Amino acid sequence: MNFKLIMRIARSLLLARWRQTSVAAAGVTFGITMFIALLSFMMGLNEMLDDMILSRTPHIRLYNEVRPNAHQPINSSKSFSKSYNFIRSVKPGSSRQEIYNSRAVLQTLRRDPRIKGVAPKITAQVFFNDGPVDITGVITGIDVAEEDKVFRFNEYIVEGKPSDLNDVSNSIILGKSLAHKLLAQVGDVVYVTTAQRHAFSLKIVGIYQSGIEELDKVQSYTSLATAQKIWNQPGDYITDIHIRLHDLKKSAQLSTEFSALFNTDAEDILTSNSQFETGSFIRSLISYAVGVTLLVVAGFGIYNILNMLIYEKMDSIAILKATGFAGRDVNRIFMTIALSIGLVGGSLGLIFGFLLSYGIDHIPFNTASLPTLKTYPVSYNPAFYCIGASFSLITTYLSGWAPARKASKIDPVVIIRGK
Amino acid sequence: MAARNVLRATHISKSFHDPINIPVLKNISLTIDQGEFVSITGKSGCGKSTLLYILSTMDTDYEGELVIDGSVMKGKTERELARVRNEKIGFVFQFHYLLNEFTVLENVMLPGLKLASSSEEHIRARAMELLRLLDIHATSSKKARQLSGGEKQRVAIARALINRPAIILCDEPTGNLDKTNSESVFNIFNQLTTEHHQALLVVTHDQEFAKRTHRIIEMEDGRIVSSATPPEKKSLDTAHL
Ligand SMILES: Nc1ncnc2c1ncn2[C@@H]1O[C@H](COP(=O)(O)OP(=O)(O)OP(=O)(O)O)[C@@H](O)[C@H]1O
Ligand SMILES: [Mg+2]
Repeated sequence: MNFKLIMRIARSLLLARWRQTSVAAAGVTFGITMFIALLSFMMGLNEMLDDMILSRTPHIRLYNEVRPNAHQPINSSKSFSKSYNFIRSVKPGSSRQEIYNSRAVLQTLRRDPRIKGVAPKITAQVFFNDGPVDITGVITGIDVAEEDKVFRFNEYIVEGKPSDLNDVSNSIILGKSLAHKLLAQVGDVVYVTTAQRHAFSLKIVGIYQSGIEELDKVQSYTSLATAQKIWNQPGDYITDIHIRLHDLKKSAQLSTEFSALFNTDAEDILTSNSQFETGSFIRSLISYAVGVTLLVVAGFGIYNILNMLIYEKMDSIAILKATGFAGRDVNRIFMTIALSIGLVGGSLGLIFGFLLSYGIDHIPFNTASLPTLKTYPVSYNPAFYCIGASFSLITTYLSGWAPARKASKIDPVVIIRGK
Repeated sequence: MAARNVLRATHISKSFHDPINIPVLKNISLTIDQGEFVSITGKSGCGKSTLLYILSTMDTDYEGELVIDGSVMKGKTERELARVRNEKIGFVFQFHYLLNEFTVLENVMLPGLKLASSSEEHIRARAMELLRLLDIHATSSKKARQLSGGEKQRVAIARALINRPAIILCDEPTGNLDKTNSESVFNIFNQLTTEHHQALLVVTHDQEFAKRTHRIIEMEDGRIVSSATPPEKKSLDTAHL
């Protein structure tokens, strides 16, 4: 009712003390600016770290562990079925690392709507022969196109062309540190020996750098076909299936499901990398805590200015009430003042927060371990801006509530008599 | 007289509890008709202001019955009473009580905008007309704080008139003014009652002022001791005419 009039009176009262109200609004602006900048930066950092570790780690890995068979012959014997059988020093037999029936498994996985991408792999240990010295390493056979789709493989190739793995026969991509150790460059040939003592020569078509030194020291990639050739296996031989899901949180649940369905071992990211989740959570918690603290301080600023304003404008409030404004109208006038401070301060805070995070985004940040990163990481998640905007309005509402209520309860008789 | 009754108070009593019961108003009854110009006089502390705050609906802590323009005030909510003040009552105080943040014109318009019974243009036109009537239209766009005491009091009178109230209540409207300004306020009031049939209830210490009103209510120690047309009134009127 009569909102225009209330706005008009609120504006006049506000302008009469514009210096103090600007200071109060500046408090909100500062709070929101820092809130946005802090959150954007922290989340950018989180996303970068997640990217570095998690995006290169499959959400679920299907594989077969080499282990002794759980079904030993004695368990099948009728004569011992009623007794406990103890067998010591059981050795793994010829149990295979291969994933059985891989074509059908891959097909089923590719059709699953919960899955974002599937990458088949062959992983095995090899020795790189460098003169008289053997260096241990790992060769992973990959489907290059699939690997790039699921794990953005191409982003980590610092030299050479990843598609050459398919185009050049018997080719290999070496981890940067491994290449360094072997004093090898793109175009050179390296010699590898498998655990079964087969020797192979492979041509280097690229250099890979993940940023994780441990990995770059041992890791190398080849095509699935080449890997099958090295280990002398048929065309459907694979040892691992890496799966990326749409929703990371479902990984534990789906991992048990797939493990039972395909009769393989399965490992999920949440179990194997739980410390990353914790780190991200703590970082966002700190940012939110600092942001909210700043806003609470700003809220006290608004509370103060409104109390002062009400104290100063007692006479005006008494006249308004004497001439027909109800307590509710007076309350609305002061709530309008509080919310305008929040709205103006908050909007400016959102703008400055964006500018500040944009500035951070352009500060150079170079580190050898992260080849793709050139500046400080910043996340421009619209959710931060929504949270910031609602926080500023909620804070101003709460800090305006008590003073506005006080103003609405002022008894004009007391003021007029007191003159 | 067949004039419309605009205010009727019957058996009004009030005590302050501070901390013992001190009766301030004792069994006060009075009525005011349309077009009547009534003054209340009495010693300081006899309860004049207290009575006026009750009649104005701002003070609701009393016993007795108050009827303004035909409707009973007891039992009304705070919002309804605010509406009564807005629509039926005009106020003029000793201290002028204008909103310093607003211009003179806006001060006069505010109660009208609150009532919102006509368009803003209408209210503005009426406010200008009132300012002209009170001969202060030249100051309409000034801020309220820039005016002199006499000018402020006339703005307050214009504001009291904006919604054509049933009655105007004044607490020592001339208490802070010099002789000339007091005279001009009296003339305005006189003109309002005779020409516009406005009802007026004025608390005053100024005996000269009181003597020229239609009726003087004299209070003593929380009671009305007399209510009569001043004998000088007739002779003064003839002298003026
Ligand atoms: N809030 C209060 N608590 C206790 N006593 C009060 C209060 N307000 C007024 N009084 C007392 O009530 C009596 C009447 O006060 P009131 O202001 O109505 O007098 P008045 O006739 O207007 O006097 P004046 O001519 O000086 O303005 C006084 O004795 C005063 O001390
Ligand atoms: Mg008084």
